[in-house]
Amino acid sequence: MDRSPTRYLKYALPAAMILLSFAVAGVIGWLLFWGGLAALGGQLANRVAARFIPQKTREAFVNTLITIAGYSAIVIIAFVFLFIFKEGLTAFRAVPAGEFLKKVWQPAAEVPKYGIIPLAAGTVMVTAIAMAAAIPLGLGTAIYLSEVAGSREREIVKPVVELLSAIPSVVYGLLGMIVLGDVIPRITGTPFRLNAVNGGIVLAIMLTPMLASLAEDALYSVPRSYRVAAFALGATRWETIRRTVVPAAASGVTAAILLSVARTLGETMVVLLATGNMGAFTVNPLSSVRTMTATIAIEMGDAVFGGEHYHVLFALGVVLFSITFIVNLISQVIMDRFARRLRG
Amino acid sequence: MVGATRAAVKPGITARRKVTNAVMKQVFRALTYLVVAVFGGIVVYIFVRALPALSLTFITQPPRDGMLAGGVLTCIYGTVALLMLTTVFAVPLGVAAAIYVNEFIGWGKRARVIRAAVNNLAGVPSIVFGLFGLAFFVVFLEIGASLLAASLTLATVVLPIVIVSAEEALKAVPRDYRLGSAALGATRWQTISRVTLPQAAPGIITGTILSIGRIAGETAPILFTGAAFYLPRLPDHPREQFMELSYHIFAMATQSSDITKSMPIAFGTAFVLVVLVFAFNLVGILYRARLRRKRAW
Repeated sequence: MDRSPTRYLKYALPAAMILLSFAVAGVIGWLLFWGGLAALGGQLANRVAARFIPQKTREAFVNTLITIAGYSAIVIIAFVFLFIFKEGLTAFRAVPAGEFLKKVWQPAAEVPKYGIIPLAAGTVMVTAIAMAAAIPLGLGTAIYLSEVAGSREREIVKPVVELLSAIPSVVYGLLGMIVLGDVIPRITGTPFRLNAVNGGIVLAIMLTPMLASLAEDALYSVPRSYRVAAFALGATRWETIRRTVVPAAASGVTAAILLSVARTLGETMVVLLATGNMGAFTVNPLSSVRTMTATIAIEMGDAVFGGEHYHVLFALGVVLFSITFIVNLISQVIMDRFARRLRG
Repeated sequence: MVGATRAAVKPGITARRKVTNAVMKQVFRALTYLVVAVFGGIVVYIFVRALPALSLTFITQPPRDGMLAGGVLTCIYGTVALLMLTTVFAVPLGVAAAIYVNEFIGWGKRARVIRAAVNNLAGVPSIVFGLFGLAFFVVFLEIGASLLAASLTLATVVLPIVIVSAEEALKAVPRDYRLGSAALGATRWQTISRVTLPQAAPGIITGTILSIGRIAGETAPILFTGAAFYLPRLPDHPREQFMELSYHIFAMATQSSDITKSMPIAFGTAFVLVVLVFAFNLVGILYRARLRRKRAW
């Protein structure tokens, strides 16, 4: 009997086709169903309302609804802030603030220890590795697509890069766990299959498309006249990129990088699957680390509801929320200035 | 800037400059195609590893034998139900919010504040949304860990994405259309409902598909709000827990009793999820491309 894995190959194409067509049909059906339902409902409500309610009242009613919806984003972010802080700050009442700054995280020990230093170190290390790899890849792709590639090539390559960002993070985590978990120990000889480098590399691959598309937007918004002027002065393509386009787009690119940093700090599934989650403090990137996000994901299931540990995990959420909020805010301020300066 | 450019253009080193230019171009090309190659590698790898698990029964049967055999039907069902409920909660709210920002107030301070809130909401880590869902929907509103709580949580995750894409679609409708409608004596709501929205509808639909595609594989927000490790049957009420594809991948990869049997299932599930997400993106991208070609203005 044929025992090689290739014996499945003859089923592969039909299976993939069937699955893909199911999925596409599903998406289209899903669309038609909800779109149709919404249109029908809207029409019906409109007809009924037109018969019984005067025009002015209807208009005022709809306006009120839309105004309320308009403020939904503000309300929701306020609620997120409120509920995370409410649960998280309770932790500071039970645990003295100094306890959080120690180097041991042992929430399940007889005398629980809640030092977040090892977790923060894990997060910082993974993020640093990820950015070190993602910045050259992302910016390189952005520069190529925006400045070098022809429009034909761009139209083909860009959707592919976009699809890369559509792959769910849990799938990336799985790949890191299985593929890099074999490769990295073989190359470096580390005893840890899952480690900070592993998670960092996977995150870098995941972030590259996002960084590339944000940076490309920044490069794209540099006026054409800048490039034309540089060419007219005899600069080559590379000189134009290095001395004119990139400096002009620098703040936009910085904002893009900051946004990616915030995304990396808050990413959960990849680090959960790929970094090994050992809670001991370490600065060795080839050793297993545990990040703040992974800690929340792992321990929330075991934490006694409303207990000390539960609140401490929310306190981790507070830290994450605050850091990403600040980084995002800085990025937005830079982006705003960039946009205003380019507008003149 | 002019000074810098002039400094670069010293005569006499032309050959070297030409070589640098050519080399750097190739470096950027290599980086870009490395990204493309990684993408291809990932897709092929998932497919090859999923092959032993894939069959028709994989998508038509629930898991059995301690989740080491059978299919993932319950997970597919859970994912679809979750995304549908999320759409119902997030899209009307998001589109209405976009109408408010773009049609009611436009520019100015209020619009800036709302846009800042939307951007910050988009930047909140998904695990923090998970905590929020746990504290607010599950505990405070006493919904309990369920399909309903999970889809409400996921709706808060996707809301800023929906608002931004709906606003883009509304912005693409030319101002003249609104002015023309107003000149005919239409009220603001009549203009929006009969002129602006129908014109923007295709864009809004595309944006919605792409937004839902983006959160279809989100695991962190549903970890504590309703995803179940194993359920013997399909949930028939939004207040019940559910199985979900991405959570199933996580469970198969980390909490299995027999890793050699569960790994093909994990990759098979990953394949199904990737196909689903790509289907969303493909429909979205193709529709967008068609839209651009059709647009007369």
